[in-house]
Amino acid sequence: MNGYIQALLDPTMPFVRNALAAGLLSAVLFGVLGAVVTVKRIAGLAGAIAHAVLGGIGLSLFLAAKGIAPGLPPIVGALVFAVIAAAVIGFVSLRAKQREDTVINAIWAIGMSVGVLFIAKTPGYADPMSYLFGNILLITRQDLWMVLGLDVLVVGLGLTFYNKFFAVCFDEEFADLRGVRVRFYYLLLLCLTALTVVLMVRVVGIIMVIAMLTLPAAVAGHFSRQLWQMMLLAVIGCMVFVTGGLGLSYHYNLPSGPVIILLGASAYLAVAIGRRFLRPQAG
Amino acid sequence: MTMERSVAIRFESVSFSYPAARVLEAASFHVHAGEFAALVGPNGAGKTTALRLILGLVRPESGRVTVLGRSPEEARNAIGYVPQHASYDPAFPISVSEVVRMGRLRSSTRRYGPEDGRAVERALALADVEALASRPYPALSGGQRRRVLVARALAAEPELLILDEPTANMDSESEGRLFETLGGLKGQATILIVTHDTGFVTSLTDAVFCVGEGGSGGRIVKHRAVPAAHAASVQYGGSALQVLHDTALPDNGCCSDDRVGHPERNAR
Repeated sequence: MNGYIQALLDPTMPFVRNALAAGLLSAVLFGVLGAVVTVKRIAGLAGAIAHAVLGGIGLSLFLAAKGIAPGLPPIVGALVFAVIAAAVIGFVSLRAKQREDTVINAIWAIGMSVGVLFIAKTPGYADPMSYLFGNILLITRQDLWMVLGLDVLVVGLGLTFYNKFFAVCFDEEFADLRGVRVRFYYLLLLCLTALTVVLMVRVVGIIMVIAMLTLPAAVAGHFSRQLWQMMLLAVIGCMVFVTGGLGLSYHYNLPSGPVIILLGASAYLAVAIGRRFLRPQAG
Repeated sequence: MTMERSVAIRFESVSFSYPAARVLEAASFHVHAGEFAALVGPNGAGKTTALRLILGLVRPESGRVTVLGRSPEEARNAIGYVPQHASYDPAFPISVSEVVRMGRLRSSTRRYGPEDGRAVERALALADVEALASRPYPALSGGQRRRVLVARALAAEPELLILDEPTANMDSESEGRLFETLGGLKGQATILIVTHDTGFVTSLTDAVFCVGEGGSGGRIVKHRAVPAAHAASVQYGGSALQVLHDTALPDNGCCSDDRVGHPERNAR
């Protein structure tokens, strides 16, 4: 692990520092939004948006490579597909809750298939794996500013509307009766999730976005009595997983994304199993 | 009792139907301010629809609903509502005092202030759940959770308190405590209890309205109720009244002959 610390301090290896900075900055985003996504039970929805994004990326790459839309950046297609996916799921969720599961799974599968098809038909070489797992070591300074900007947006909105989000997550009907614009806050939450997914897929990949939105918050949920505690613990947990994962992947020369995810998953399983076995003894 | 007494809830020839069924047909009734009223009827009769109309969650096809002299939407902040099925996530990290504080939420709320804190403490005390304030809400029993939801409704310091099937799946101890709380509130706020128990109501009740009775054709009929010595008192937190379904009191006859038949009703 000393080698990783030395690499962090090595002026010729800025990518190592950038990766850690990106991990720590995105931990704020994943911790805060992840806690809300988890208690609102819309992690599946975030997963569907993330996979719909692959369809948008594939379409953008295809159009750009074919000269139909020269220079079209993948993030444009990703954003369009994410907004469409969030709008469709949001509409179904508000109007026909019983169909939500089906729609989420359909969008998940369609997005992925569309993405793979377009990438397969795109001239030149594009590896779908790079979009699934991303590469946190290729992060640029511009990416860091972008993540920081999103952090400020999410934390700012979270602090401003904490009580409203809290009420909407806990009891939509009661929040509605108290005059809270439930649909507005629900759709705002979906938009923030979609925006996070789009920007972070570019940085860390689809699978890590889903993992980091769910695993740290799930671990934190075991130790939290209040939502803000869950958010804080999820942010800290995410920072630990990213830092530990980067260190381990550097030390053992492994791809960083899967190592970070498996570290988070191990913590989740250890906590879930540990609490299940310890609870009867404690009680 | 005079005609001038202010009216908390008024239905004037209200009709409402779902695509598959007509639920209310020219239904008229009113509840006076400060009264303890019971809206009874079998399952599927239209009690929930009447409730949703009062809460402004749906609008009548024809007729008019007035709550506290305003439209239901405008009156919402003055209504405390205790739902029958409060969905809750056992994994949701929330304390009892946070649930109750939610009752202070308004569309303009950014931060809760000291007055909100005092209102929450009063509501916790009124609903007899002070001792549970710092406990996780999901860790409570069903009866305790229901009383916490009563406290949440009371935190808004409502002029009108509505409880939907308040004693469903409640143990007798919690039931007794709930009616004790409601008895203490009687006279301070208008209270409307919605229940599928059409035979008996608590002796706190001033007026009984029945929805969807055979032959009433989607109307809401006001009945007389008389003390019932043979009813199990544990179910109603004290003595009960028997609803006389063969009586139909006129909606405008409340000035003279709407007493439900228990001399102690204004004693509190």
